[in-house]
Amino acid sequence: MPVVHIATVVPISLTVGANRIVPAVAIPHPLGNPKMDPAEEKALRRSLVEKALTALTTEIEDQTVF
Amino acid sequence: MTIRVVHYINQFFGQKGGEEAANLPIELADGPVGPGAALQAALTGKAEIVKTIICGDSYFNENEGLACMGIREILQDIKPDLIIAGPAFNAGRYGMACGKVGEVAHGLGIPVISGMYNENPGYELYRNFSYIVETTNSAAGMRQAIPAMAKLVTAWIEKEGKLGTPAEEGYMPRGLRVNFFAEERGAKRAVNMLIAKLEGTPFQTEYEMPVFDRVAPQPAILDLSTATIALVTSGGVVPKCNPNRIESSSASKYGEYSIGGLECLCEATHETAHGGYDPVACNKDPNRVLPVDVLRDLEREGRIGKLHDKFYTTVGNGTSVANSKAFGAEIAMHLKNAGVSAAILTST
Repeated sequence: MPVVHIATVVPISLTVGANRIVPAVAIPHPLGNPKMDPAEEKALRRSLVEKALTALTTEIEDQTVF
Repeated sequence: MTIRVVHYINQFFGQKGGEEAANLPIELADGPVGPGAALQAALTGKAEIVKTIICGDSYFNENEGLACMGIREILQDIKPDLIIAGPAFNAGRYGMACGKVGEVAHGLGIPVISGMYNENPGYELYRNFSYIVETTNSAAGMRQAIPAMAKLVTAWIEKEGKLGTPAEEGYMPRGLRVNFFAEERGAKRAVNMLIAKLEGTPFQTEYEMPVFDRVAPQPAILDLSTATIALVTSGGVVPKCNPNRIESSSASKYGEYSIGGLECLCEATHETAHGGYDPVACNKDPNRVLPVDVLRDLEREGRIGKLHDKFYTTVGNGTSVANSKAFGAEIAMHLKNAGVSAAILTST
């Protein structure tokens, strides 16, 4: 069962051993940005989740940052 | 001058029997017994095993309070200079007993030298109290364990109890920090280490990092349109008012909550219990940490088969590696049993 880690501090994600990593927006709001208007923010969130789904459908040999 | 030693061993090495004798209460024998004979031979002229304490492994672990009281009385009576416990190899109950003897002796100011396999729970739990030599995982390694323990006992005698570091003396790290005066200041040592690292020459860290295990990458999902995707987070998203009281730091538990029928998370229904980041953005819109809204859209559009109707959550704030590992293993098992195809784990 593959797992994708969406996290802002990628070096930590690499250190703890995540294999599929998607860099996020910011520590308190990895999948959003309160400064954006709601529609824009949701589009940003969707793009990150889509990237995560791409990671889950991609075969990897080693730790990979998408 | 020879020092006086008491040796602690279990029923098996005390030649009382195997598992059928594991309920044997504490017995005290004169002189060395079992592996004590080889230890005594290696320590001739330096140390004398005056008494051997033999106790059944089950007895010790099932009657810990009583066993400790008995051991304490014996030690107070004999007043040895040193205690040798085991070696226990990877025998869990035996290791726990040797470790506990170490704790009791420590309370009386008597040092303990033991031998265990590095994964013995007795080492993990009681390493602060004893000097424990690393052994193999089975008694087949007795021939290496005895000389290693005798060597450490000899060093302890020669240095009058002032043993050097684990690496110098050949015992496993005790998880203790010891103050000492270094010849060079910290900044210079750090720069020297950095230069050594850049040059690719060996250097010794002064602060060991925890060891994280590695998991082989899992095969990719072949068809998202039939996949069940689960959401997991260390960002502390919980139903409003944190019903299971997940701690805001050093979490001792994780939560499993239903999102069945929920179109998104909102301010009225969810919040974060995490105490390590500014919660305002998450509390205002918890989808910023756990993207339920977007996954519902993708589910409706047929991009994914299904969003799993439960999510798993904990607070990743000062939470120990051991707890995290245990949570991860349990959560993965729940997901697997529920037929989930893949998980999205979000972290703050």
